[in-house]
Amino acid sequence: MTPAFVVRRIGFYTVICAITLFFAVPMLWIASAPFDASPGLGVRWPDWTLENFRKTLSHPYALHSMVNSLLICITTAVAVTAFAALASYALSRVRIPGRDALLYGLLLLSSVVTGTAAMVPIFVMMFQLGLIDSRFGVALVMTGGLLPAAIFILKDFVDAVPKSYEESARVFGASTLQILRDVVLPVARPGLATILVWAFVNSWGNFLVPFLLIRSIDKQPGAVLLQTFTDEGGSANLSVIPVFSLLFSIPVVVLYLLVNSRYGFRFHGGIKS
Amino acid sequence: MATPPESVPVPPVPGRPARVRGPAQDVAGLGIGRAVGFLAPALLLIGAFLVFPAIWTIYIGITNYRLTGVEAVSPSIVGLSNYTRALNDALFHNALWLTLLFVLGSAIIGQNILGFALAWTMRRARPAVRRTVEALVLLAWILPSTVVAYLWIAFFDRDTGTLNSILGTQGTAWLIDYPMVCLVLFNTWRGTAFSMMLYSSALQAVPPSQLESARMVGASGWQTLRDIVFPHIRGHVLTNTLLISLWTANDFSPFLLTKGGPNHESETVPVYIYNVALQGGELGYSSAISFLLLIANLLVALLYLRLLRRRS
Repeated sequence: MTPAFVVRRIGFYTVICAITLFFAVPMLWIASAPFDASPGLGVRWPDWTLENFRKTLSHPYALHSMVNSLLICITTAVAVTAFAALASYALSRVRIPGRDALLYGLLLLSSVVTGTAAMVPIFVMMFQLGLIDSRFGVALVMTGGLLPAAIFILKDFVDAVPKSYEESARVFGASTLQILRDVVLPVARPGLATILVWAFVNSWGNFLVPFLLIRSIDKQPGAVLLQTFTDEGGSANLSVIPVFSLLFSIPVVVLYLLVNSRYGFRFHGGIKS
Repeated sequence: MATPPESVPVPPVPGRPARVRGPAQDVAGLGIGRAVGFLAPALLLIGAFLVFPAIWTIYIGITNYRLTGVEAVSPSIVGLSNYTRALNDALFHNALWLTLLFVLGSAIIGQNILGFALAWTMRRARPAVRRTVEALVLLAWILPSTVVAYLWIAFFDRDTGTLNSILGTQGTAWLIDYPMVCLVLFNTWRGTAFSMMLYSSALQAVPPSQLESARMVGASGWQTLRDIVFPHIRGHVLTNTLLISLWTANDFSPFLLTKGGPNHESETVPVYIYNVALQGGELGYSSAISFLLLIANLLVALLYLRLLRRRS
């Protein structure tokens, strides 16, 4: 071990420590403030209590907004998965005229028409359709937005399913619907689960769409409600915000861990995996 | 509303255009008729909530449509005057400039370099270290954006914020005095996971034998990176930079931290569109600006797909 080597090692670990701290320190607040008897915006060893949880759960809209989030996100996730599954199977197995152009178009759409670029026309459209302040309307907009990418990710999964399974089922005289139900669906299950979770997590964290489209407080999902917690004086309600932030993050983290441990993290980037 | 960058837990960027030409063989006997039926619900929803709004932006953008007042009931066509107005609108120029700074600072420099540094150093770190660091970086990426906004508001707080405690600068209102620096830091923290994962898997394509021979001839770390690693991952650097730039330019989360303030000092284009449309009620003018953003997105996406295609 030369001195230069030791210096380089020390430098290496200093850099790693600095990067780790950069990512960890902002998160400390959500780990300490929810359990602190007098929660503030600072980070300190908490004066342990569960009083904040009691206050949050008895907040008139807190639990209600979680239910709203669940309603919106389950609707979105189920619709995205079902429609993307049908579409990706058709696109993977049948040479529909114009298929390649359609796929290229979907690929473009999935990155070009973002929420911020389309917020004005979507707001105007939903306003004129009378779908402002409707949780179903929010789920519809989110479904439309997530579908192109979902179709693409799922088509990758379906493309990877060997056609020989379907062929042999056909040789044994299974009907088309039987093949889809008993052969394709079970084999594609990891892909479907991934898309279900992906769509759920995406809509769970979506702030812009419900923020634009929902007016009344009793219909707001958690992502929007969290922005509006204030106490009687009008300043941020610090006994509710940290607890709610923590509770609101749990489903996302749990689902992520679940998919990760069950199916492994598949990287759907613009890269060959 | 595709891939809202404020909440992208799995990068919904479908790559592999090579697969576009994958073999199609209708082994289940679906038939073209039923296949079109399978496609219809998805295409209808995409058409109604993605394609139609995008096209309608063009029309609203040439009217004086407003949220309230006479023009809300009967808007009239004003031609290109919204666009000529944008040319002379100092606040729009300000928003463009801030977006450029935001993209340059947090995506092109911040996420890119930090993501690569993480991928490069974690490659040979102990598995426990590697797992911990990667979990933290991923956690920053998957937490809901409203929650993340509070984390950073607490971090930057004037009186008891963590940053002031660390630096010993109590009383500095970071979000008011240096709003753009705060946004760049925030978005670097938020989005680095994507670049880290992309570079991690890109680095696996660098032949270990070449790295080994570089070490044998005594090349420095920097020389190895420049002459051996970089040529292998050049394509990935380009496509990654394009993607994260596109997402960052369309990111709405600056609104959650600063609402564009103080006095427009952190009003990036997405926040400006929101403020003009829903605070100012000028739907026509904000549509014109949205259309410009759509065109910019389209150009970046076309370039991205071209690069991907050339690589495969």
